[in-house]
Amino acid sequence: MDTASPKHAKAAEAFLRDEENTDWHNETLWFVRSKRDRAAQSLPEWEQLREQASQIKAHTLSKLDDYLIQLEENARQNGIIVHWAANGDEHNQIVLDIMRKHKATKIVKSKSMLTEECHLNPFLIKEGIEVIDTDLGERIVQLRNEPPSHIVLPAIHLKKKHIGDLFHIHLGTEAGATDPQYLTEAARIHLRQKFLLADVAITGVNFAIAETGGFVVCTNEGNADLGAHLAKVHIACMGIEKVIPQAEHLGVFLRLLARSATGQAVTTYSSHFRKPAPGQEMHLVLVDNGRTRQLASPDFRNSLKCIRCGACMNTCPVYRRSGGHSYHTAVAGPIGSILAPNIDMKEYADLPFASTLCGSCTNVCPVKIDIHQQLYKWRQVLGEAGAVESTKKVGMTGMDVLFSHPWLYRFAGRAGRWFMQKFPSLANKPGLNPWAIHRDMPKPPEQSFRDWYAQQNQKTNG
Amino acid sequence: MNVGLFIPCYVDQFYPNVGIATLRLLESLGVKVVFPMEQTCCGQPMANSGFQSLSAGCDKNFIRNFADCDVVVGPSGSCVLHLKEHLHSDEQPAEATRLRNNVYELCEFLTDVLKVEELPKARFPHRVGLHTSCHGQRGLKLSSMSELVAPKFSKPEHLLNLVDGLDLVPLSQPDECCGFGGTFCVFEEALSSKMGKDRVADHLRHGAEVITGGDMSCLMQLEGVLRRQKSPVRVMHIAEILTSGN
Repeated sequence: MDTASPKHAKAAEAFLRDEENTDWHNETLWFVRSKRDRAAQSLPEWEQLREQASQIKAHTLSKLDDYLIQLEENARQNGIIVHWAANGDEHNQIVLDIMRKHKATKIVKSKSMLTEECHLNPFLIKEGIEVIDTDLGERIVQLRNEPPSHIVLPAIHLKKKHIGDLFHIHLGTEAGATDPQYLTEAARIHLRQKFLLADVAITGVNFAIAETGGFVVCTNEGNADLGAHLAKVHIACMGIEKVIPQAEHLGVFLRLLARSATGQAVTTYSSHFRKPAPGQEMHLVLVDNGRTRQLASPDFRNSLKCIRCGACMNTCPVYRRSGGHSYHTAVAGPIGSILAPNIDMKEYADLPFASTLCGSCTNVCPVKIDIHQQLYKWRQVLGEAGAVESTKKVGMTGMDVLFSHPWLYRFAGRAGRWFMQKFPSLANKPGLNPWAIHRDMPKPPEQSFRDWYAQQNQKTNG
Repeated sequence: MNVGLFIPCYVDQFYPNVGIATLRLLESLGVKVVFPMEQTCCGQPMANSGFQSLSAGCDKNFIRNFADCDVVVGPSGSCVLHLKEHLHSDEQPAEATRLRNNVYELCEFLTDVLKVEELPKARFPHRVGLHTSCHGQRGLKLSSMSELVAPKFSKPEHLLNLVDGLDLVPLSQPDECCGFGGTFCVFEEALSSKMGKDRVADHLRHGAEVITGGDMSCLMQLEGVLRRQKSPVRVMHIAEILTSGN
């Protein structure tokens, strides 16, 4: 396997060049994290809720096949047409076949990270189909030809000015206008036209209920409802991990989802779909795309508990300062760094290293995924697979030799300190020592602790 | 109780005063301490870089050095956490498990084992910012965490509050990571530096004269930023503050 280049580090460096923007991004996401804290602290039973959610998910994953079959049977009885897709290509083809069957050419899509993961938009656009993302943030990044940078706040990397300029070009708003209400109004008018003309609506699925064969879609803008109720055909696309056993479990997740995501008590719209309305057609596409592989791995199975709230991104000190695009994957941040290498180990080998393993992600996770532990485990898998940069491997092999031989360690320590004392400018040369680009090296002491200790003992003993 | 002093490699080489303060602190509290001379590194750099297998030599050396000790105490949450979670031996699994369960970070040893409630000589009349290191806090649970709904506590803060004259400054983000992260500080240099700068800024904004903590690696990161900024603010390991005035 070729060794991966540290794409994240390079992209992060580029993002950080505009420090003012980085600070704004960091502070904006920290504000969301703080809102999440206030919402969590307002529920004394918060930790019990997390534990309950985690256990429901663990149970569901342990019988995932049973629950999926139950979901399929019940959904079919409700009149929903159920499809299975092994991977992203199959998923995209299923959507296209439905479009062809209805001779449809226009889709309105509510936010779905699964369709991002499967690269549905470019696939359909190539087939001559118009795909309009209707979540406001997603529509913004779509107009910019960019992927979302965050799973809950897709355009969080952009300021009002960027959006004003963008809408001026695409929606004809006044040049220089940045008033959010004015811009939102323009987007609303633009999107309403799209809703009215669409043949097919695509939504994601937040929770599918095995017991009832129905599913729930959570949005803050009501765009999923507008799309699904106006179009003749509703296609709901879900990763197979989104199933939960019973309707009574919903309350646990709905209470956790919005509080973790944005600090709201509940999302503005939690829309329940159970069967097609008269004259309409409803499809449910169940997608694997590597999830069963993740399920088969005891080390990484836990990541399938994820309910895509984005809390780990908002808290992550790395994500806050590098931006979602630096992760070069559909789902960014700490959870994305676990999910992505499962889809393509070589492409995403850098991501489990884009973390200080500080553990904050694990603590905010509403379903108690041991995120930072899984990042650590991924590093081991990647190291063994030879997917880590060769320079790192050479360095670590050297350190192994050094630290396995106490005499060599003592000698190297002495030599290193001597070198730093004699040639401080070399030790602090950014070209030779990346540490020194923005930071100074510590001042090397005359003797190590070990040497001091030996000297003391000598004094005492003789 | 035979207490082994574990001085991590970077403390040994760059911050011998931290080792000396740790030793003196423990001795002043009546603990007889031995320092096994052939110890080197806990193996964390290799393991965190994806080469846990390359830390086998370190593990072996650690077990050999501390075999005679009932407990091991080290002034570094990060190294201690690594040992607690990953110290491993195919040849001596029982000994590895015993040491894993008996290795303590300095502050937790002082508060949980020695149950220190007073430090009569300690005096440090300065405004101090406490950098709560992630591995100590979230890994070893040395203090409560802002993400969880749980009672507030802090073992390092408890100890600092025993020091006469010390004024602990509040921080806006008390448990934000400093960005050191082992080899992260080199391989993600730009990000790591920015995180260090931001962490320092929080302390400076609140008027800290000294930044302290239980992990010299985090403090080395913050010191690197402070020195580059030519700031008069110093970093000191918590052991140095707890022994000040002695």
